[in-house]
Amino acid sequence: MSDARLSTLAVSGGFSDPVFEAQAVFRALMDVTARPGTVHTLPAGVAPPAPLGQGPGAVALALCDPDTPVWLDRDIDSESVRAWLSFQCGAPLAQGPERSAFAFVKGETMPDMADFASGTQEYPDRSTTLVVEVEALDGGAALRLEGPGIDGQRRIAPRGLPATFMTQRAANRALFPRGVDVVLVAGLCMMALPRSTVVSHVNEPEAG
Amino acid sequence: MYVAVKGGEAAIANAHKMLADRRRGDRSLPSITVEQIVEQLALAVDRVMAEASLYAPDLAALAVKQARGDMIEAIFLLRAYRTTLPRFGASQPVETGEMIAERRVSATYKDLPGGQVLGPTFDYTHRLLDPALAGDEAVETAPARDSEGEPLTRVADILAQEDLIERAFTGDSAEMPREPSGDLTREPMEFPMARDLRLQALARGDEGFLLALGYSTQRGYGRTHPFAGEIRIGEVEVEMDVPELGFAVSLGRIRVTECQMVNQFAGSAKLPPQFTRGYGLVFGQSERKAMAMALVDRSLRAGELGEDRVAPAQDEEFVISHADNVQATGFVEHLKLPHYVDFQAELDLVRRMRAEFEVRQSRDHDTQEAAE
Amino acid sequence: MSAAAALGEDLATYNFAYLDEQTKRMIRRAILKAIAIPGYQVPFASREMPMPYGWGTGGVQVTASIIGPQDVLKVIDQGADDTTNAVSIRAFFQKVASVAVTTKTREATIIQTRHRIPEEKLQAGQVLVYQVPIPEPLRFLEPRETETRKMHALEEYGLMHVKLYEDIARHGHIATTYAYPVLVAGRYVMDPSPTPKFDNPKMDMSDALQLFGAGREKRIYAIPPHTRVVSLDFEDHPFEIQTFDEPCALCGAEGVYLDEVILDDRGGRMFVCSDTDHCEDRRAAGHRGRLSPDEAYAGHGQVQEDTGR
Repeated sequence: MSDARLSTLAVSGGFSDPVFEAQAVFRALMDVTARPGTVHTLPAGVAPPAPLGQGPGAVALALCDPDTPVWLDRDIDSESVRAWLSFQCGAPLAQGPERSAFAFVKGETMPDMADFASGTQEYPDRSTTLVVEVEALDGGAALRLEGPGIDGQRRIAPRGLPATFMTQRAANRALFPRGVDVVLVAGLCMMALPRSTVVSHVNEPEAG
Repeated sequence: MYVAVKGGEAAIANAHKMLADRRRGDRSLPSITVEQIVEQLALAVDRVMAEASLYAPDLAALAVKQARGDMIEAIFLLRAYRTTLPRFGASQPVETGEMIAERRVSATYKDLPGGQVLGPTFDYTHRLLDPALAGDEAVETAPARDSEGEPLTRVADILAQEDLIERAFTGDSAEMPREPSGDLTREPMEFPMARDLRLQALARGDEGFLLALGYSTQRGYGRTHPFAGEIRIGEVEVEMDVPELGFAVSLGRIRVTECQMVNQFAGSAKLPPQFTRGYGLVFGQSERKAMAMALVDRSLRAGELGEDRVAPAQDEEFVISHADNVQATGFVEHLKLPHYVDFQAELDLVRRMRAEFEVRQSRDHDTQEAAE
Repeated sequence: MSAAAALGEDLATYNFAYLDEQTKRMIRRAILKAIAIPGYQVPFASREMPMPYGWGTGGVQVTASIIGPQDVLKVIDQGADDTTNAVSIRAFFQKVASVAVTTKTREATIIQTRHRIPEEKLQAGQVLVYQVPIPEPLRFLEPRETETRKMHALEEYGLMHVKLYEDIARHGHIATTYAYPVLVAGRYVMDPSPTPKFDNPKMDMSDALQLFGAGREKRIYAIPPHTRVVSLDFEDHPFEIQTFDEPCALCGAEGVYLDEVILDDRGGRMFVCSDTDHCEDRRAAGHRGRLSPDEAYAGHGQVQEDTGR
């Protein structure tokens, strides 16, 4: 790929109205984080280079900048994605997943959550936000959510998570207040599973 | 959308009008200009720039005018402006060894290369009010020094040649690589604090607060045996690296005051006896602030140098948390905001406890009477 | 152009909602972490705001970071929309974000508050932003941040219980009437800001998102909706809220928080709703109190106005 082509890709596909679009994406994120398992649809308009999806691209533009080391999983990493993130956000690439503020991964091939930063007991906020691109936010195995932000219980059924997701998630929950926070994105639809949420299979006994 | 307009809005608007009126004062007198403040109240402008962390004489002078001469208010105005400015990067450290000094004095040597240079100091003025200044008498131009414009060797460097003072952090060696210095106006504060952030907090800290703390160390509350190794005031070049160019470009010159204190340190099993350093650097001309800063900087290094931390000036969390006069002013003065909701809650509790107390008292009284 | 005009030109441009975008991103990231760890105080690089520290700079930064053109903002201080600082903050957002404002609790999407929670039950989709002076509930027991941070890390809250128990031993009551500490989602002890403890139960299982901003102390924390918020107490001294002997003198409301208004220097006083919107709503619906109708309220309005001078 020529340099000229690279830079055209890098400079296009960002927010056309950065102030208000960033606000809208953030408000959607704030809402889904405050109400785990609920779905928000992001405004269209962001066009990151493949293989980074539109939804994750919008999250990156809204929240990443020179202060947030970003980690890209193999299936999302490419020269043009790097150039785009660098130009649009000025975000540096993290030296490793455990150093990242944001990590962009694909559901089926995502590394173990334990590989990312979970913060310290004194500063549990210094942890990675894991943006996971999945096939869909419905149609998968039914999961039950409980915890802050949920009135009783909420059910979700995202499709395209790794088989070990529930085990990883339980290990992550056990670290509380440390832990990574997860945002699931399919296309422009988005849902959050912050570390405080207890996830269980619907056929499992309910969490105490 | 309908908005209920009640007393508050009108009262605020009227207060602002009254403030503007009082600020202007007697209309038969000319309005003071920003240029006049920059030129004739230069030390007020310097203090505002120093404690606002923004080198901008015109804006600082405007702030002084807008604040009617209230320094902390002026500092606040300039800081609130500074916070909206975009960051392009960080400059190279300024090289005070290259300073074109207008004043340089050392208390540790009788004479030294470049000599003692008194410069524009209040020292040795007899503090007698000068009636001539009430008018506008012509003032002579000050004579220029022969050696003006030549850099002066730093006293600390002279001691360093003999290895009698701890090494300065130069950031250029392999064992001390240069890391970007922090910025507490852009990062959350955290204790214990690295020295770069601590020095930044002191440089923008309240002059009066640092003065009092520095003074307290001299009176025995965490004594550091200081000698004013050197104080210098003058202009330094500010340079910034431009990666695209591959070299540093000059952004201009700023006036600063630097104080290097030479302090005692007995040494330890690992370290040979050496003098230690306390460091002060502020925008503009203010040796009171630079000296106080150097005293407090040295005191705050107690932990690092293995000294007992027993005095207020050695207590990092105490000093740094309370050095900022804009924060302090806001919080002290916020007590004038309405608190009647909280007060009502306290009032209710005190009334209830009072009633219970009186019941107890009269019960005790009755029991006593019955017994008698 | 003259130097003065050039100065004016340079100074005239501020971003939507005052804060620059990088600052908003930093605060937004802190808000998301705060929601994910309910009750935990996230350090953030609080900016110098064009209003004094201690006057709501934390709340203003939070509001400025979440607000958008679609929002409707309500600002209250002591429960009232017309106290001078509430007026000033509302005017600030009208100026820098040209956003719609309201005094009606139910019309607002964002409510910034100092010292009160509205009487009307908050709805899903509303955000309550608290202005916080001292975010650390353990601060008055231990002044050092390095120590209190450890206590939170270790979930070591014995000191707080000892303090509350000492109150009972000395006064027969827990002597904390406002900023009464709560336990959030069973993990973090949190300062609810100096709201009277009367308001504590409203924080529990609220439908609204609650965000807390402490500008001078550089902390943001949050309570997501539907989150357990328990006021600390003892089995033999359960948490109780303040009750008032008489209803609101203007609208006759009971079970609401009242302000004591001094009417003269002979001990004359009346109790009126602290939540001015709630009171007005009730009066509009025809409710009346002991000193209604409107002569008494005019007197109350006068008191408000005088505080602004």
